[in-house]
Amino acid sequence: MITAGIDAGSKTIKAVVVKDGRIIGQAKGDAGYDVKPSAEAVWQEALKAAGIKASDISKVVATGAGRDEAPYVQAKITEVSAAAKGAVALNPAIRTVIDVGAEEGRAIKISAAGKVVDFAINDKCAAGAGAFIEAMARALEVKLEELGPLSLQSTKMVNMNAQCAVFAESELVTLVHAKTAKPDMAKAIHNAVSDRITSLVRRIGLETPVMLIGGLARNIGFYTSLKNMLETDILVPEDPDIVGAFGAALVAAQ
Amino acid sequence: MAEEFWRWKESRWTNPDIDWKAGKIITGGVDVGSVSSQAVIMVDGQLYAYGNTRTGSDSPNSAMNAMNMAMEETGVTYTDLQYTVGTGYGRVNVPFGQRAITEIACHALGANFMHGPSVRTVLDMGGQDCKAIHCDEKGKVTNFLMNDKCAAGTGRGMEVFADLLNVSINDMGELSLQVAEEPQPVSSTCVVFAKSEASGLLRSGWPKEKVLAAYSSAMAHRVVSLLKRIGVEKELAITGGIAKNIGVVSRIEKELGIKALKPTRDTQIAGALGAALFAEALFKKSGK
Repeated sequence: MITAGIDAGSKTIKAVVVKDGRIIGQAKGDAGYDVKPSAEAVWQEALKAAGIKASDISKVVATGAGRDEAPYVQAKITEVSAAAKGAVALNPAIRTVIDVGAEEGRAIKISAAGKVVDFAINDKCAAGAGAFIEAMARALEVKLEELGPLSLQSTKMVNMNAQCAVFAESELVTLVHAKTAKPDMAKAIHNAVSDRITSLVRRIGLETPVMLIGGLARNIGFYTSLKNMLETDILVPEDPDIVGAFGAALVAAQ
Repeated sequence: MAEEFWRWKESRWTNPDIDWKAGKIITGGVDVGSVSSQAVIMVDGQLYAYGNTRTGSDSPNSAMNAMNMAMEETGVTYTDLQYTVGTGYGRVNVPFGQRAITEIACHALGANFMHGPSVRTVLDMGGQDCKAIHCDEKGKVTNFLMNDKCAAGTGRGMEVFADLLNVSINDMGELSLQVAEEPQPVSSTCVVFAKSEASGLLRSGWPKEKVLAAYSSAMAHRVVSLLKRIGVEKELAITGGIAKNIGVVSRIEKELGIKALKPTRDTQIAGALGAALFAEALFKKSGK
């Protein structure tokens, strides 16, 4: 049976086509201003990658903030269900899933049987999401994808006092004036987000093994910082941002 | 250089009815906030002059800038100040200050001076924080609550919207009232998310004033929830930069069902005014 999952995130749309539990096609694209056409484009690309037609697909399940706008959808599931399903399928031993996207952060506790037992979400404040790092990269005039590697060159611990992304931007200006080295500021930025995510994880209680998914899992600076704060190894799948879409496709097959 | 929509009017003022040279006690108060700095000169317990300016990158200079502005054209010099109190975020960095006192205490005392002993609740809406203060008839603080963690409900949040909408921060209040019907408030609390939400509303065809109305009412709601946690006792005085935004103030009044006292002076000087009053009391106490 062939099924598909669409994860319409606030910034990126992901689509995955699954045949008998294995991914046969996937695509990603910018959510843009209008989710519908963006989702449609990503969907077509995923079909092309899988080498199939829409009519070959038995069922499509959507997740993500923009799931109501995704095309050809038969059912919708929450981001927590999708992330848990996908993560457990990739590694059945996983007990904690941390999912950090552009505008949300989630910590999900998984039972030995692979079921969601608890979760904590931040979707109210940019300080615990990718939007924070994006705003800071803009303020520092560093490309978003370069900020993570840059932070690894840090030699000095710099603290950011501000939690709020808006205030942190002003604080960065002060740090720039004080001639703080860019790698040190980059590290402070990733530490700030890791700190927010760590408190989210503490709310549900950390159990190992831990898997990090979502767009921020690609950020080596954030990954390193989170690993240090949680004081545990963190597994990151090969394509960490499509795990939700993969989970949705697996749910569609049930 | 791009137009700076967030830039608010700096100002200074001298009381023409006072001859400072005839005064006995001359004190100063400086409020170095995260966004703006004010300095007040008092002569025998009367407000003599003030300056209100943008805070620069370092606190000592910002304190000097504000005081220099207050001294402009008055002939008062630093050696004439018998006692100076610093307050605000940069209060410990006022180079010519003898003491530092919290802005909570200073705002309450300043509001008491501006509006009289009937003030029981002071809402100070500053650049990077928002405080709800209860005080007695002497302007002494009895209780307070503050938000200094999150830009929602602060002047910085409004500045972000000034830039987004290309509207001068001085005109935002009036503009937000130019709507026939009050729209649904912006649903995001976080200013970063509210900005994305507002961009979406603009793209969907909402005019600037409608977006601004939606943000102003969200901001008013946020501030009112802080006020309600401490409780609102009449009379209510609103201080700080946002007190000049009629769109936010009128929405706060509407949600609370009470009117705030009408400001008599620049609402941003309340903290510095309170500091100068403390300076006077401290000077008298020092017995010089």
